[in-house]
Amino acid sequence: MFESLSARLQAVTARLRGTARISEADLDVALREIRLALLEADVNFKVVKDFVARVRERALGLEVLNGLNAGQQVVKIVHDELVAVLGGERHELELGARPAVLMLVGLQGSGKTTTAAKLAVRLRRDGKKPLLVAADVYRPAAVDQIVQLGDQIGVEVHSRPTGTPALEIARSGYEFARQKAFDVMILDTAGRLHVDEPMMDELVRIAGTVTPSETLLVVDAMTGQEAVKVAEAFHARLPLTALVLTKMDGDARGGAALGIRSVTGLPVAFIGTGERTDGLEAFHPDRLAQRILGMGDILSLVERVQETVDTDEAERVAERMMQQRFSLEDFRSQLTQIKKMGPIGQVLSMIPGAGQMAGAAQQAVDDGQLKRIEAIIDSMTPHERRNPEVIKASRRRRIALGSGTQPSDVNRLLKQFAEMQKLMKSLGSGRFPGLPGGAGMKGLFGR
Amino acid sequence: MFRRRRDEAGPVPDAGEHAIPPEEPDATPEPTTMPRPARAATGMAGMGLRPRPSGFGSRLRSILGGGTPATDATWGEVEEALIAADVGATTTLALVDAARERYRREGGRSGDDVRRALAAEVRARLVAAGSGAFELGPPPAIVLFVGVNGTGKTTTVGKLAYRLRAEGRSVALAAADTFRAAAIEQLRIWGEQVGVPVVAQRAGADPGAVAFDAVAAAESRNLDAVLVDTAGRLQNKTQLMAELAKIRNVIARRLEGQPRHVLLVLDATTGQNGLLQAEAFSREAGVTGIVLTKLDGSAKGGVAVAVAEQLGVPIVFAGMGEEIDALAPFDPDAYVEWLFAA
Repeated sequence: MFESLSARLQAVTARLRGTARISEADLDVALREIRLALLEADVNFKVVKDFVARVRERALGLEVLNGLNAGQQVVKIVHDELVAVLGGERHELELGARPAVLMLVGLQGSGKTTTAAKLAVRLRRDGKKPLLVAADVYRPAAVDQIVQLGDQIGVEVHSRPTGTPALEIARSGYEFARQKAFDVMILDTAGRLHVDEPMMDELVRIAGTVTPSETLLVVDAMTGQEAVKVAEAFHARLPLTALVLTKMDGDARGGAALGIRSVTGLPVAFIGTGERTDGLEAFHPDRLAQRILGMGDILSLVERVQETVDTDEAERVAERMMQQRFSLEDFRSQLTQIKKMGPIGQVLSMIPGAGQMAGAAQQAVDDGQLKRIEAIIDSMTPHERRNPEVIKASRRRRIALGSGTQPSDVNRLLKQFAEMQKLMKSLGSGRFPGLPGGAGMKGLFGR
Repeated sequence: MFRRRRDEAGPVPDAGEHAIPPEEPDATPEPTTMPRPARAATGMAGMGLRPRPSGFGSRLRSILGGGTPATDATWGEVEEALIAADVGATTTLALVDAARERYRREGGRSGDDVRRALAAEVRARLVAAGSGAFELGPPPAIVLFVGVNGTGKTTTVGKLAYRLRAEGRSVALAAADTFRAAAIEQLRIWGEQVGVPVVAQRAGADPGAVAFDAVAAAESRNLDAVLVDTAGRLQNKTQLMAELAKIRNVIARRLEGQPRHVLLVLDATTGQNGLLQAEAFSREAGVTGIVLTKLDGSAKGGVAVAVAEQLGVPIVFAGMGEEIDALAPFDPDAYVEWLFAA
């Protein structure tokens, strides 16, 4: 996301390198690039106009600071302005009420139901007891889907028989949540066009009945210039409290958010990244601005590692590595941890400069391959996992049969594991070139 | 095209992605759980899309006013109007340059002349890409539908089948979206609605195998067309794009010259990412044309103009609602007229 914008701004930096004062001519060249880049990122054109004007005002004739070149200074100004537009700090959900009502609204196909499930997972992780309420009575099978999702993530879903009006479902959902002491009720509504008055009226009536403490507009990151109009229309009727920007794992640059934010003043609460129910991240304006400027998103990565990795387990594994007692069982538990972090390509894309690698890595370490390895290890006896050297032809055949693989696959895994152990030996003894002995590994997995 | 319909707001496929059963499935015509509240018929009911006061045309009108000749400022405003319609910076600049040149050459002297010059340039680009022309060709024609999640592929398959049936063609559908929950069932419902057979395997089956069956069915039943629905996928997901290329190859190896049509289903609300979609799907699946959907919303679908201009991919159909007949061959003249009228 935003790759092209950072590339352009980097080109601007190169052009202005070494100039002591930002001249008007230089600035115009830079601003033209910035303007085009923002438009290509689907930032609303009115917003782009104001934005560029503000950057110009701040940059013109500005003395270049010590230690910076003119280009860097323009980039800094753009960065500061981006942060200013995107909002100073994060939006914390208002969950004071019992139950707090979170209502999701948006156009068809923006990702409301997916987001509802992701929010439930996130809230439960934060120690809340969430209830999903299925108030999309129009879309075929919408209720079935949210029920399925609820099953999958282990969150209760409140639904009513076909034919129950959405307003009634919202009302009974609220009663249910109150009686059963749920902390949060996540209300999934049907997708609707912002120009569809009867459907917008329905939303207003629902909101009037359950008084949501948060009304989140779910916006597809691919949305073009209409995004501002859509957000304004929903905001005018409801009002909204924040945005969720979805499909950010695609390559859309998500400039729609910048436009909506600056026209409506609504903050972005979360960004949706990908297919898994944990693909919902807190939105950090400063990080996004840095990401826009090509600085990567290392902070999000660190946060994700901390959220998903079981620290005690990692410590234990690291310890065993050091002592060269690392078994296939430990390897299996590591695979599980890696998988918890999400698709490897997505993780890599957060690392500055690793953007291009992400696609290739995703392909190489595809989930299917991981699954095969897991299946092979799962088909071994505990004794075999601890002592892989006992695995000969007959055991190999049995393991292959049990895991649905070929004996050659089992062989390959054992070979790779043996190499890994060799590598760890050298790590443990601090002989691995370029790594600070065991401490490096421990640092990586332990924290 | 662009006949306005009542009550067209409907379920559209969603951005659902691949581990969660993707959320809003493609619209089906019939089994909406409940009727939506009726929408007041406004504007040119029964005639065309509703002109919206804040649309591109009214922006142009307010910019161009009456009979005063165009100035630099006028052209700057025209640029903005195009940008606001999602045409994108690159294509906007190309269009405005060409329109200025035409305006000068033809001795333009009023706002109306500016509008005419611009309309001519937009139209020329759509036509140059071959927009509007869709010939099914001699039987059998295998038509593959591709696109990102939530643009309306399954809906479009159903609507095109209805259209072809109305023309007296023999048609089958193929459910090569074996991933999305209930996708196969939904295509079956479309099949029942339209009265055409559906080639399908169980959920989770290899979509390539379904495509293979689709070709076999086309041959053994002497069908005019088989419409193959595929799962939505974001174009930067390399594995999923490779899967799509494989589906295409399975068809190509099975029957020479097929799939004859590969239609990219593009949501009119999409911004400049639409260009990347067209590029990637063309590269991996050999897109032959675009179906521009959700034109019943307020978006203008200007990115499709950019796709036609920059990639030469024609727009062949327009989707304007969830009803079974809310799909029309794309008409460049009608589109331009609508673009500049609303």
